[in-house]
Amino acid sequence: MSDAIRLTDLTLGYDGHPAVHHLDGAFAAGSLTAIVGPNGSGKSTLLKGIMGTLTPLTGRIWRGAADIAYLPQSAEIDKSFPATVSDLIGLGLWKRRGLFGGFSAGDRGQIEAALAAVGLEGFARRAIDTLSGGQMQRALFARVVLQDAPLVMLDEPFAAIDEQTVGDLIKLIAHWQSEGRTVIAVLHEIELVRRHFPQTLLLAREPIAWGSTPVALKPENLQRARGMPEAWDEHAPWHDNGSAHSHAHAHGEHVH
Amino acid sequence: MIWDVLIAPFAEYAFMRKALAGAVILAVSAAPVGVFLMLRRMSLTGDAMSHAILPGAAAGFLVSGLAIVPMMLGGLVAGLVVALLAGLVSRLTTQREDSSLAAFYLVSLALGVMLVSLKGSSVDLMNVLFGTVLALNDDALVMIGTVATVSLVGLALIWRPLVAECLDPTFLRSVSRAGQPVHLIFLALVVLNLVGGFQALGTLMAVGLMMLPAAAARFWVQRLESISGLAIVFGVVSAYAGLLISYHLSIASGPAIILVAGAFYLLSLVLGRRGLVFGRMAPTRHRIA
Repeated sequence: MSDAIRLTDLTLGYDGHPAVHHLDGAFAAGSLTAIVGPNGSGKSTLLKGIMGTLTPLTGRIWRGAADIAYLPQSAEIDKSFPATVSDLIGLGLWKRRGLFGGFSAGDRGQIEAALAAVGLEGFARRAIDTLSGGQMQRALFARVVLQDAPLVMLDEPFAAIDEQTVGDLIKLIAHWQSEGRTVIAVLHEIELVRRHFPQTLLLAREPIAWGSTPVALKPENLQRARGMPEAWDEHAPWHDNGSAHSHAHAHGEHVH
Repeated sequence: MIWDVLIAPFAEYAFMRKALAGAVILAVSAAPVGVFLMLRRMSLTGDAMSHAILPGAAAGFLVSGLAIVPMMLGGLVAGLVVALLAGLVSRLTTQREDSSLAAFYLVSLALGVMLVSLKGSSVDLMNVLFGTVLALNDDALVMIGTVATVSLVGLALIWRPLVAECLDPTFLRSVSRAGQPVHLIFLALVVLNLVGGFQALGTLMAVGLMMLPAAAARFWVQRLESISGLAIVFGVVSAYAGLLISYHLSIASGPAIILVAGAFYLLSLVLGRRGLVFGRMAPTRHRIA
């Protein structure tokens, strides 16, 4: 199987402090992978890196397809903004309509169809501040449907939503994989991952395990991930990449 | 009688007609910009920018006295420089944009007042700060018209990316690099409108026609287009009623316009559909689903 994304000795971070450390590996095309790890283990950071909004400190990210459908954490959406469900998920047509294009009748049909696919028929004209948490998440999944991208990345898609909604959305994710799309999701519920995600990347800033889910989520691996030091050390020595960096002049030199 | 009260002042005096034309054009142009400032939680940014354009206007004043074109151009340049610097500092350091904006506009304000006081009197300073809507001449009207045209066309062009940037900035970054440029263009439109309102209402009060109608309209309607439309209506009516009141009661016209806009805000706050009274009343009827 060919690769959709390849990571080579990838280190991502902020201010020279790594949030993801020396990651090597690949997401196979058409694979369904969960990224699991404690808070602050670099999961969202890795998605930002793959998306290209965060430049690696070291290493490389290679991406086969240019198009990514990205589902942000719902906290990053301004729910008080006076927009309708149709306005929100219509953003999914961005690549095809560009900055200025209006929607055609065909586009409206597609929006309706995407809403139907997530069980939100008739919600197109509802204001987004009237949506429940679960309905909001369904709407965001509808936007991913509209984007119709070969690569789908979901950042904590199931945070604080009920079981039935999770069940419906899991089915949708499985459907995307059956269409040949590569799907990567950041998740917290280990049981859910065991049941529905064939591949897992267990991250605790450093990769603990990456591969088939039953192996990656072995108890000893989970134990190691839990042992990750949460604190980030202001005075951590600069990483030695083969050449000696002294603390005094090393600031910024971790970039190669 | 009605003619005498409502129409005659404008029919009889050219300066009243010009004041009305200037204020109405400004209201139409500034209100939608104010709506976006409000929705982006940047309501006070307009105020900060209005201080920031002062040194530029003052530099224009130093060079050529109370002439409109140099003062407006100076203000435009100063406002854009402050907006760009504030955005740059927030991108290159961990300081957030609002704190760097505060730093730059405070420096600008001091610089501007100092420059005016080098040459002018306190009357000049009052003119620069608070405007003279009754002294608008044809040159000023042309300037205001140009500003309004550029602003409305510009806003229409960036409307969709701007909405996306307000609604879901992380998503916009995942599909497009338009976010940052759109934000800067929007700030430029804010500066442009403040500079346009600068001779009529002064640097400080020009913000009033931008923010008050927007905030008032938010209490009545839900959709973005409706909020912008209603804000324009509030702004235009404020301009007309304010000028009329200032004529009949012989009070300062700039403050009268802004006070009428303020009255609209207070009325909307209390009586609006989403305001204090009706917004809080529990609905007694509801649908079955």
